[in-house]
Amino acid sequence: MADILEPLTWTCPVPLRDQERVVMGHGGGGKLSSELIEHLFLPAFGSQALAAAPRDSAVLDAGSTRLAFTTDSYVVQPLFFPGGCIGDLAVNGTVNDLAMSGAVPLALSTGFILEEGLQLEVLGRVAEAMGRAAKRAGVRLVTGDTKVVGHGSADGLYVNTSGVGIVAAGVELSPDAARPGDRVVLSGPIGEHGVAIMSVREGVEFGTRVDSDSAPLTELVLAMLAACPGGTGAGIRAMRDPTRGGLAGSLCEIAEASGVGVRLDEAAVPVPDAVEAACAFLGLDPLHVANEGKLVAFVDPTVVGDVVAAMRANELGRQACVIGTVTDEHPGMVVGRTAFGATRVIDRPLGEQLPRIC
Amino acid sequence: MKYLDEFRDPALARRLLDEIEQTVTRPWAIMEVCGGQTHSIIRHGIDQLLPDGVEFIHGPGCPVCVTPLEMIDQALEIAARPEVIFCSFGDMLRVPGSQHDLFQIRARGGDVRIVYSPLDAVRLAEANPQRQVVFFAVGFETTAPPNAMAVVLAHRLGLTNFSILVSHVLVPPAMTAILDSPVSRVQGFLAAGHVCTVMGTEEYDPIVARYEVPIVVTGFEPLDILDGVRRVVHLLETGESRLENAYARAVTPQGNRTAQAVLSDVFEVCDRSWRGIGIIPQSGYRLSDRYRDFDAGLRFGVAGLTVMESPLCRAGEVLQGLIKPHQCEAFGTTCTPRNPLGATMVSSEGACAAYYQFRRITPPSEVGSRG
Repeated sequence: MADILEPLTWTCPVPLRDQERVVMGHGGGGKLSSELIEHLFLPAFGSQALAAAPRDSAVLDAGSTRLAFTTDSYVVQPLFFPGGCIGDLAVNGTVNDLAMSGAVPLALSTGFILEEGLQLEVLGRVAEAMGRAAKRAGVRLVTGDTKVVGHGSADGLYVNTSGVGIVAAGVELSPDAARPGDRVVLSGPIGEHGVAIMSVREGVEFGTRVDSDSAPLTELVLAMLAACPGGTGAGIRAMRDPTRGGLAGSLCEIAEASGVGVRLDEAAVPVPDAVEAACAFLGLDPLHVANEGKLVAFVDPTVVGDVVAAMRANELGRQACVIGTVTDEHPGMVVGRTAFGATRVIDRPLGEQLPRIC
Repeated sequence: MKYLDEFRDPALARRLLDEIEQTVTRPWAIMEVCGGQTHSIIRHGIDQLLPDGVEFIHGPGCPVCVTPLEMIDQALEIAARPEVIFCSFGDMLRVPGSQHDLFQIRARGGDVRIVYSPLDAVRLAEANPQRQVVFFAVGFETTAPPNAMAVVLAHRLGLTNFSILVSHVLVPPAMTAILDSPVSRVQGFLAAGHVCTVMGTEEYDPIVARYEVPIVVTGFEPLDILDGVRRVVHLLETGESRLENAYARAVTPQGNRTAQAVLSDVFEVCDRSWRGIGIIPQSGYRLSDRYRDFDAGLRFGVAGLTVMESPLCRAGEVLQGLIKPHQCEAFGTTCTPRNPLGATMVSSEGACAAYYQFRRITPPSEVGSRG
């Protein structure tokens, strides 16, 4: 796959407004990432790009079967963190991207970029974690590739996983399908993955240990779909796993793609104490912090009770709750109602999350 | 959670708001000095909840915002050097200089690192004797003591490859400058709680006496701020000018004497330029003679650099409380967090960024709709 693209011949049809070079924020999942796709990738790919609403995985027709297809690269540092490692993250992340289209994962590929000098013991632990995560998610690792780059050219190891899954007939989830009146449902407390990473990366602790929430969401999604009339998710419009960019990023993306406004009841969003403390300390908004085992769904009000009940019966949805509603006011924008009854606009993070000074 | 939930209790907030409402008989303009307070006010929507006529004027207390452009350019010039590891708090990385920001320097190969403590930068210098490690020492009296400690430690370790680029500013001279301004509308202050944990409250007594202005030392959580407003409004309504401490869980009248001793050893007070405001006499720190060797500006010969601000940016008026961010023509159009013209649009504590992030649609009558 890497052979097809030749970066040196690329031109930028619509120059990015003020950046001459890639900055870290271009990979942060925020506005800079979106701009890169919109202004560089899509124009360059031209008619060969699938320029649908931004979604976690593409859904392709293959005869009478609908395939979901997605890819993701994992560059997390450190490689091992409380609650997981780059290996299970790489499996769960891609499985979840498939699940957000309502797909049951069929198979994953595993691409490794290894830095010369990496301990084989480390690679072994990562690979074992991938095997365990794949077993838990019920997906097979069917093809792979390994490349080694010189010492200093990579940060230990990077993993890419691509995945295909099958979308059952009748399941229609799309980020542009949210409608006024829909309820916004969150599967559980936010911010754990991001804080787990930050606590080890920055060497700061926040009282209790925070574990990453990395987990495969397929079963939870299937239970949600089954709880709807007909058993194929009629009434569930859109789903997103709020990874980089956090809950705010996912809500903004669906609000923009669907052309609707989202009213978020901030007091209803479960934030663990340690996440709250870490965010207060680092000057971050919990709504912007990454999750790896949560989902947010936009659900018709007539089925939301059944969907939430089904989620709560699943281990990964015990604390599922309604956190907001969709409105035809302020299209494309998420407005939070604070615990004090005031309102604020909730935006996506721009790029990298910056700890503040004081 | 301890020390957080207690100060975010909506029922207690309502009681404070009711009390403020019952006290107020006419309009008052209150300046919250610190950017952390501005952020909290806008983040929680506190200004929307106050009775009509009680207005916040957002003060100059965002360290990122008031760091002058030439300091940013000096930082960029130093950070671009191959022998330098340039360390900064995260906030400063996206602040635009006249050409670039630190992120772009990093993308061009500069070794720019985010640290959480200046002492981490000293450790980097120890671990990298072949490199020059420079820490960007910005901020108010709050961040100055750890920065001073970093210099003391580097001195003690005999490190010759560590230096700091100093852009420290002091709160009381800025408050005085605002009060001296003939166009100032400020009638009372919420003083910056964290600054006072270090410096104490005594240095505000002369300001209260000279300008007959009420000053209430205030914290950062919603209830802290409402309590500060309640007290200032009460003082204004009764015509009393007095210093009160509404942040007694952290602030004592004398402050942190140990920190103050380190400050007066490492730094000396000097005139400082404030971004958007200009030079305020005796309003900042530079390294004292004893530690002058640790001055990165001198070590790298960039101290003379001067530059021009964007003529469109009205951050100075925002920082002085003369206009609200959305009253600037560039707000949300040519100036956004994506393409900031001034530092107030960058930092999470900057008034313009706070307005942009939280206030683009509400209340529409005041702010107008911005996409």
